Amino acid sequence: MPAPSVEPADAVERQSAQKPRLIDALRTLFSKPREPEPERDVISRRRRFVTASVLGFLGVNFLMFLRFFFPRALFEPKTTFKIGYPSDFGFGVDTRFQSKYRIWVVRNTEGIFVIYAVCTHLGCTPDWKPSENKFKCPCHGSGYDSEGINFEGPAPRPMDRAHVELDADGQIVVDLSRLYKWPKGERSQFNDPGAIIRV
Amino acid sequence: MADTDGKNGGQSQQAPPGNGKRSTLAALLEDSRAIRQRAIEEIKALRQPQKTVLWKSILRVKHDETPRSRALGVLTNVFLHLHPAKINRDAVRYSYTWGMGGISFYLYIVLAFTGTLLMFYYHPSKVVAFRDILYLEHDVPFGKLLRNMHRWAAHLMVITVELHMFRVFLTGSYKAPRQFNWVVGVILLVLTLLLSFTGYLLPDDQLGFWAVTVGTNMARATPLLGHDGPFGPQLGMTPFNDVRFGLLGGSIVDANALLRAYIWHCIAIPIIASTFMIVHFWRVRKDGGISGPAPVTLASEIKEPRKI
Repeated sequence: MPAPSVEPADAVERQSAQKPRLIDALRTLFSKPREPEPERDVISRRRRFVTASVLGFLGVNFLMFLRFFFPRALFEPKTTFKIGYPSDFGFGVDTRFQSKYRIWVVRNTEGIFVIYAVCTHLGCTPDWKPSENKFKCPCHGSGYDSEGINFEGPAPRPMDRAHVELDADGQIVVDLSRLYKWPKGERSQFNDPGAIIRV
Repeated sequence: MADTDGKNGGQSQQAPPGNGKRSTLAALLEDSRAIRQRAIEEIKALRQPQKTVLWKSILRVKHDETPRSRALGVLTNVFLHLHPAKINRDAVRYSYTWGMGGISFYLYIVLAFTGTLLMFYYHPSKVVAFRDILYLEHDVPFGKLLRNMHRWAAHLMVITVELHMFRVFLTGSYKAPRQFNWVVGVILLVLTLLLSFTGYLLPDDQLGFWAVTVGTNMARATPLLGHDGPFGPQLGMTPFNDVRFGLLGGSIVDANALLRAYIWHCIAIPIIASTFMIVHFWRVRKDGGISGPAPVTLASEIKEPRKI
């Protein structure tokens, strides 16, 4: 509001009157009319009722509209699957299930574990570079060692590992819906039961 | 014409019956003479097409060489009436406006047109989508041209919209009374970027797939609404009910995500953007036209009023 060069005497008062205050607006909205006349009262009550009904109807419709975008049934790949016997996997990184299940099976001296092949930065699939013995994400250059521990690039934490267990036949069952994480500065879940098969 | 026909019909009926061939011939001759006369009149009328009913029904304004007639010509045309009747000459210099707003709108029209044509050959479903792009590129007549027009116009539109915003900023055109339109413009910029982003996934190639993977993973970190964002997990957000899930229609970038991107890209966002554009253009007029330097007339420029 441009200030006038010569202010009238009641400028301050007028300014405070012009400046809309939230509390005043609310009071005007929810207060009864000043002169309580029976007819006017009824009309304003009806008007409020109609306004509330219309707004409520539109509000519920909007909520329905939002809920519509969240489907109940999903047609997505199964998150639990078998990948064979522990003896099928040698030492090091095995990429044979990368395109089918988006996992790598890694065996080291401690046992066998499954890395969920999702970069912890923004979710691309890193590439396994055998010559450099590391995972490299093509999107923003995050690098992980052969156990999925981040050492370069923007990745905030090591890649998550999937739940693994042996079924009655002795096959490895992977469950991608149960992930083990090692957030920065927090406890590593990589040694929890189910994160690794100690064979 | 109908009148003439009716008259002729009446005459031939009036011809006395059984009066022989002579009277029939005379009636025929008279008819042909009348038609000839009528044709001559019609042809004469064509010399002045402005006076025909057809002409007057389309062009309502008398085209005199006067400023009033010219203004009326603009005002009575639905497409031209968006133009102001008068404009500050200095405000429309290209060195002042860069023409960026107009170019952006032009590109939007190009995109709407080429995009609609592309929709005739594109199926928004997995496997088929990428195949349709290859088909468009290699076999559909002018498909490659269309796709490249759409792609280049899209890139250009992002650039021109940003340059338009930059120009508006440099010339201070965001100031009162144009604050409202500046905000509308910012919304239009966001919508342009959203159009660009949703179109990115549609070829369903590696580039688009990973771009959308990255883009929607950012939504995971939305405060309150994303399952990786601040206070998200505390509010019960999981990968199966957060804002990313709503955008993708699933927990992974898959068929639902492709279909959603398609609908947002082809229907929802264009409608929203068009609505905001209508408001934007209307507001330009209501705020006093294109902002510009104060109109100045130099003494040397003052001339005798010239009749145009």
